[in-house]
Amino acid sequence: MEVLLAVVIGLLVACGLFLVLRAQSYSVVLGLVLLSYATNLFLFASGRLATHQPALIGEGPPYADPLPQALVLTAIVIGFAMTAFVVVLALRARAELGSEHVDGTPPEGE
Amino acid sequence: MKHLLILPLLVPLTAGAILVIAARAPLALRRSLSLAAMAILLAVSLQLFWLAQAGGIEVYLTGDWPAPFGIVFVLDRLAALMVMMTAILASGALAYALLGTDRAGPGFHALFQFQLLGLNGAFLTGDLFNLFVFFEIMLISSYGLLLHGGGRLRTRAGLHYVVLNLIGSSLFLIAIGILYGVTGTLNMADLGRAMASLAPQDVALAKTGALLLLSVFALKAAVLPLHFWLPHAYGTASGPVAALFAVMTKVGVYGIVRVFTLLGHDGSAITGVATPWLAGASLLTLAAGTFGAMASRDLRRKVAYLVMVSVGTLLVAVSLGSRAGLTGAFFYLVHTTLVTAAFFLLADLIAQGRPEGSRILWGERPIGSAPLAVLFFVAAIAVIGMPPLSGLVGKVLILKASTGLAWTGWIWTALLLSGFLLLVSLTRAGSDLFWRGGVSSHRLAPGWIPIAPAALLLSTSPLLVLFGGPMTEYAQATAEQIADTGRYIDAVLGWEPASSKIPREAP
Repeated sequence: MEVLLAVVIGLLVACGLFLVLRAQSYSVVLGLVLLSYATNLFLFASGRLATHQPALIGEGPPYADPLPQALVLTAIVIGFAMTAFVVVLALRARAELGSEHVDGTPPEGE
Repeated sequence: MKHLLILPLLVPLTAGAILVIAARAPLALRRSLSLAAMAILLAVSLQLFWLAQAGGIEVYLTGDWPAPFGIVFVLDRLAALMVMMTAILASGALAYALLGTDRAGPGFHALFQFQLLGLNGAFLTGDLFNLFVFFEIMLISSYGLLLHGGGRLRTRAGLHYVVLNLIGSSLFLIAIGILYGVTGTLNMADLGRAMASLAPQDVALAKTGALLLLSVFALKAAVLPLHFWLPHAYGTASGPVAALFAVMTKVGVYGIVRVFTLLGHDGSAITGVATPWLAGASLLTLAAGTFGAMASRDLRRKVAYLVMVSVGTLLVAVSLGSRAGLTGAFFYLVHTTLVTAAFFLLADLIAQGRPEGSRILWGERPIGSAPLAVLFFVAAIAVIGMPPLSGLVGKVLILKASTGLAWTGWIWTALLLSGFLLLVSLTRAGSDLFWRGGVSSHRLAPGWIPIAPAALLLSTSPLLVLFGGPMTEYAQATAEQIADTGRYIDAVLGWEPASSKIPREAP
């Protein structure tokens, strides 16, 4: 399970980075979303991976660490708000700069 | 008062929330609400400064949960200093914004208050994840403020700024995840304690997490390889917003100081992990900022590069790792933040009166720009670090602290040469703006009221010299307190909850 999760996170980061470096605002936004997914998964894994363990103390061990789950929840909410903002900003940039390139004008030869 | 410590967060939060609801209320009402909140915040931060000046460390347990389990807010000398400096700076910026900047959009005052919430929270929190949350609050309001007023250039700079900071946030979360995975805690005091007894196989991971944190803070502080967003963003933001942003880079510096003194104390597994990176990057930042300031032919952008120079200087002092270095850093921090903020306001005033805007060209200047020229002269002297203003004191403290090291020569050369080059650059800019070219027939020169905020912020520089003794003593005491990590950890972890006197039933 650890290997699978590590591969998934790595793949998400790789795709996210590739898209962020694409200099088209739509790709950049998608890349940021993938990066934030990878981050959330990573944060979740910092409480160790376990199955069939409630995040509740009281039944006795084994129980899962509840804190990373709370952190991920916060990170998801913040990430969602930020994504919404960056989408609006990218749309506005598209309208005002007249191009989807992140610098407003694509470099010569494109 | 027991809840005084949480007031710097509650006041802007309440005011901001009301201002969001009252976005359609008359401008006068919103202005007075914003001003009232600012006045209360100023009073509270003075009170906190007084409290911290006594030397104790005050802890506020949210929900009365004892330290590593709940979120704590910690007030020590450094936090009090930062909160008070932010309040003074924000008062100046807000006063200037009331002259007309806040008309450009309905959300200005609400965003301004939320920005203050984020800043104060970042300074006061004692929890790493909470620091992330306040960073995000600070950033999302700064996105709004940066775009305030609209325009092509702002949108473009804003997009870059937002995307870079979102990537920074991801890195921040990954660093938090690593540190939590290794230590099982996020309370910074508890992290400091855990770092002393780390299992050997976890040391490399902890170092990775710490260095990731360093790169996040370096991005906020605009340290050299991560500085590209700064000149665009600060150079295009409206005057008062840029002035308020002068403290944003300092939040990055604050984060570096706070986290790396607490986590990297003597005997910790990650002691000194950041120092070699900081020492190199700070000198390069200083150089890049200086050359950028020399090369830019736009006054706003020149001041933006001056912010970079100040970050470089600050980090040079921080990277020394000594108490003397930190003393110099704290003195210089107050000086540079307030003076660059005043310079941003001044650049905005100068740009408004000229047909060329903020571009530094020979052109006609409006009649009666003499007060502006005088203020420009004073600001330039303060920024460069020439006698008799406070920049000199800060620089001398830093230079003195850096003697006797292997790379003293580099630091002295970089600091002094940068001062000289800035002197040349600002002299040229000043003479182009105020001496060459003719005098135009129209009178656009501002009266005394628009000049007042910038002048007041600038007046802190001679005041810092006048009260140089007590100020240096405070900076020194702050450095002592920061270096005494054990006391901070004991104070936070040993803070008794208010309910501890109530007897509990046995489990």
